[in-house]
Amino acid sequence: MEVIHFMVNNAARCFQLTLEHLWIVGVACTLAILIGVPIGVAITRSKSLASKVLNTANIFMTTPSIALFGIMIPILSPLGYGLGQVPAIVALVLYSQLPIIRNTYVAIMNVPPELVDAGKGLGMSSWRRLREVEIPLAVPVIIAGLRTAAVMSIGIAAIAAYIGAGGLGVLIQQGIGRAYAPMILSGAILVSVLAIFVDGFMALLERLVTPKGIKVGRRMRHG
Amino acid sequence: MITYENVAKIFGSGPEAVTAIKNISFEIEKGNLVIFLGPSGCGKTTLLRLTNRLITLTRGTITVNGQDVMKADPVKLRQSMGYAIQQIGLFPNKTIADNISTVPRLLGWDRKKIQERVGELLAMVQLEPAAFRDRFPAELSGGQQQRIGVARCLAANPDILLMDEPFGAIDPINREEIQNEFLRLQRKLKKTIAFVTHDIHEAIKMGDKIAIFQDGNLVQYDKPEIILAQPKNQYIADFVGADRALKVLGLLRVEEVMDRNPSNVVDGKTSANEALKFLEDKGFRHLVVLRGGKAVGYIHPRQLKYETSPVQDLAIAYPVRVDEDMALRDVISFMLMHDMRVLAVMDGDGNFAGTVTYDQIQKRILEMYAGEDEKKPAKDQE
Ligand SMILES: Nc1ncnc2c1ncn2[C@@H]1O[C@H](COP(=O)(O)OP(=O)(O)OP(=O)(O)O)[C@@H](O)[C@H]1O
Ligand SMILES: [Mg+2]
Repeated sequence: MEVIHFMVNNAARCFQLTLEHLWIVGVACTLAILIGVPIGVAITRSKSLASKVLNTANIFMTTPSIALFGIMIPILSPLGYGLGQVPAIVALVLYSQLPIIRNTYVAIMNVPPELVDAGKGLGMSSWRRLREVEIPLAVPVIIAGLRTAAVMSIGIAAIAAYIGAGGLGVLIQQGIGRAYAPMILSGAILVSVLAIFVDGFMALLERLVTPKGIKVGRRMRHG
Repeated sequence: MITYENVAKIFGSGPEAVTAIKNISFEIEKGNLVIFLGPSGCGKTTLLRLTNRLITLTRGTITVNGQDVMKADPVKLRQSMGYAIQQIGLFPNKTIADNISTVPRLLGWDRKKIQERVGELLAMVQLEPAAFRDRFPAELSGGQQQRIGVARCLAANPDILLMDEPFGAIDPINREEIQNEFLRLQRKLKKTIAFVTHDIHEAIKMGDKIAIFQDGNLVQYDKPEIILAQPKNQYIADFVGADRALKVLGLLRVEEVMDRNPSNVVDGKTSANEALKFLEDKGFRHLVVLRGGKAVGYIHPRQLKYETSPVQDLAIAYPVRVDEDMALRDVISFMLMHDMRVLAVMDGDGNFAGTVTYDQIQKRILEMYAGEDEKKPAKDQE
């Protein structure tokens, strides 16, 4: 009850923090896609490189977020970005790499070999094959990776309030400082709602980017 | 023209190495359709894929129209030849039209030309263009998909085609039609084709020449009738089947054995007793009765006894029509069914062109198999 009270009384602030949160995650995810997809595609050319890259990405993903934010401070301080949104976004980009690179890699490796052969045999260059066949078939799986990354980032971004990035984590951080439970809960609830909302949006996106021919195929198989 | 010179392919290395092609040399002449025939795993697909450089030669040289494939730009090389892959491999995210037009789009044809070409090719593979153009591969049956694969391989009208069991998934009736359509086209366009099949009937019907492989070796490379008549060893004899004399009959046409000027013919107005005298003088067992250049039927002496009317009123009509380009296999079948040893042959206008007899057919078969007994002792070849 008090939680609702708090949210209603601070609606403008809650809204502004939600937008800030969404902005941090949105920027991070966009960058993560721009970096991760090309890496995921590139490592399909070499198995040994692939395992190295995936292991590295795995290390980032398993580092506790608070530690990663901490590490950002000395690294980015010389550039004047030790605190604030920049280190938060950099950290989220790193976190998102594993699901995005891995899904891109797996999806491209799973394109049926006869399609790759047919493309090659007809004289498609590897770039053309990528654009016309491999990427379109991989895109739903890549978006599924992005979905994981986005939902995870929403949670992690809440902690970024501690390095001054803003966002809904601010409510939690200040709530803890003031030992004011409704404020903490408001932050937590808004983060969850945001995650659910983004997850649903991504599910929709996944369906939208699935090539029509693939959807038709699924329908035929499942009656 | 495609030439293979001491071609060998070994997959992998060390203890796991698989020798798929041992040491093969032969040549596919320009304008010929050559069948690659042999049991599973003998290296047919491997040889095709070496030809368009999907895999790399271990030893030897392959040239296509004089150019060494290992020195060619692989993308250009492949665009210059059609390829129908054994697994069909249609792109599931593309419509049928886009699948078919893959190579024309790579070559930058304009949209209108591509559209026309797609329509033409769909009709060629016996699929209604309007109904199939915008569908997706998942909405087609296996046989229909395979026909699209064939259309895709022909799309940019390449001089050279590599086709890996292109009709394998198509039902017998449609396969027969597509084979015929394909042959008709091939007679006109004279492409150089390497065509893989498991099906000996298809091989005999389609091939200008047949290359038979066994365990990565080329065992025999000859015209179909020679392979049927003179199989090089027991392996090939077994492969082509015990009924190979019948298969040869499927290849031979009436015009190759028929008698164009038979003397046992009689004009329809001749009276029965005159005809009977003619028969007895010459010792014929029957006569073909003609009227106005057409064969109205045949007569034999028993019918003519005590008759005086013109023979055309007595003639028994032939039960079947035999054309000059009919396969001897069908003629023999008629002869067996109707218990006749002689049939009249008609030309394209339905006029009498001559006769074909059981004895002529048998003589021809015996000629083809003459000397087989000396050639066949498989023991000293193995
Ligand atoms: N990429 C590969 N790696 C290792 N071995 C291979 C490879 N491709 C083919 N082989 C082997 O080479 C041999 C010839 O295979 P190929 O595919 O050419 O046979 P095929 O005559 O086309 O058979 P099918 O009629 O079953 O299609 C087989 O023993 C096969 O296992
Ligand atoms: Mg094969």
